[in-house]
Amino acid sequence: MAQAGHAEHSNNGAVKEIWKVTGILTVLTLVELAIGFYMMKVTNASLILALKGSIVILMMVKAFYIVAYFMHLKHELRNMIMTIVVPLALFIWFIAAFLYEGNSYKNLRNTYDPYKKEQTTIKVEKKAEGHGEHSSESHKAVE
Amino acid sequence: MSTTTAALPTKLWNGGKSPFNVEYGKLMMWYFLMSDAFTFGAFLISYGTIRFSSNGWPDPNKVFQSFPGLGSGLPLMFVSLMTFILIISSVTMVLAVHAGHNMDKKGVVTNLVLTIIGGAAFLGCQAWEWSHLHHEGAWWGLNPFLNADGTQSSTNFTNYFFTITGFHGFHVLSGVVINIVMLIMTLTNQFEKRGHYLMIEKAGLYWHFVDLVWVFVFTCFYLI
Repeated sequence: MAQAGHAEHSNNGAVKEIWKVTGILTVLTLVELAIGFYMMKVTNASLILALKGSIVILMMVKAFYIVAYFMHLKHELRNMIMTIVVPLALFIWFIAAFLYEGNSYKNLRNTYDPYKKEQTTIKVEKKAEGHGEHSSESHKAVE
Repeated sequence: MSTTTAALPTKLWNGGKSPFNVEYGKLMMWYFLMSDAFTFGAFLISYGTIRFSSNGWPDPNKVFQSFPGLGSGLPLMFVSLMTFILIISSVTMVLAVHAGHNMDKKGVVTNLVLTIIGGAAFLGCQAWEWSHLHHEGAWWGLNPFLNADGTQSSTNFTNYFFTITGFHGFHVLSGVVINIVMLIMTLTNQFEKRGHYLMIEKAGLYWHFVDLVWVFVFTCFYLI
């Protein structure tokens, strides 16, 4: 942190911005972790979905701060920003399409493949919890 | 970063200089990172698709719950430490880039050393976690963990975990190597002779990208 002091003469604002963004990233991570810890006790499925959604939103905010400030993209020319960000916008479609597809595959398989569905609803007896070798043996026994 | 020259956008396209007002190597680093983002994105979307198509999935709080020296039953703790190590190393990297702008060799060296230590610490944490999980019987093709609802889990969970965190860890390793090269070049006054520290900026972009990917990996595997 000696650097922050040294650079103050030439460019005080930039160093201040770095520490501000560090603070924001730390707080966002702590909030994410707090939600994560809280989520362990929640059993309501729709509340869990809402909490997971808010974690994803916080993740996007963190990504924005890293790219915009640490990678300085916000301070580049508009042309430059667009040439990076516009292609990445394809991700919106990729994520929507593939997750929809995955979900649809699950539903179709559960509807038309009762054997598969039955297989995925059998609970495994918990006799040797904790250590790998034992529990993987007990898994084989089920099949 | 002389963005102030962007007063008249039309003049940027008149030729004679980069319309992006960015050095060639830095622009190419951005395009490389964009392509790398698509690679990681493809991995993570594939993981998401498989997870959405599965009837059950292991609970990350049950799988990742150990801390070296403190035993198990501590979900999220170790991965929080890893996340903070990477965030802090990203901050020291920004400070190194900033010191480079001011031609401050001592500042570049100090912060690069801190960044390298952070990267090595992260790799050490990951090595511990991998060996711990391997000891528990998890590996590519082996999944000792049950789904959250107590049903039999497939090996998709461990396959994706080891592939994606491994690919990210490999990026961290390359980042550390790149930073060591940058440190050697700084110490041998290569950048002083050139009159600028733009190489540090490019290495910095790569390092921040590694941190950025971890934000996504951490969320997708440990939190959600």
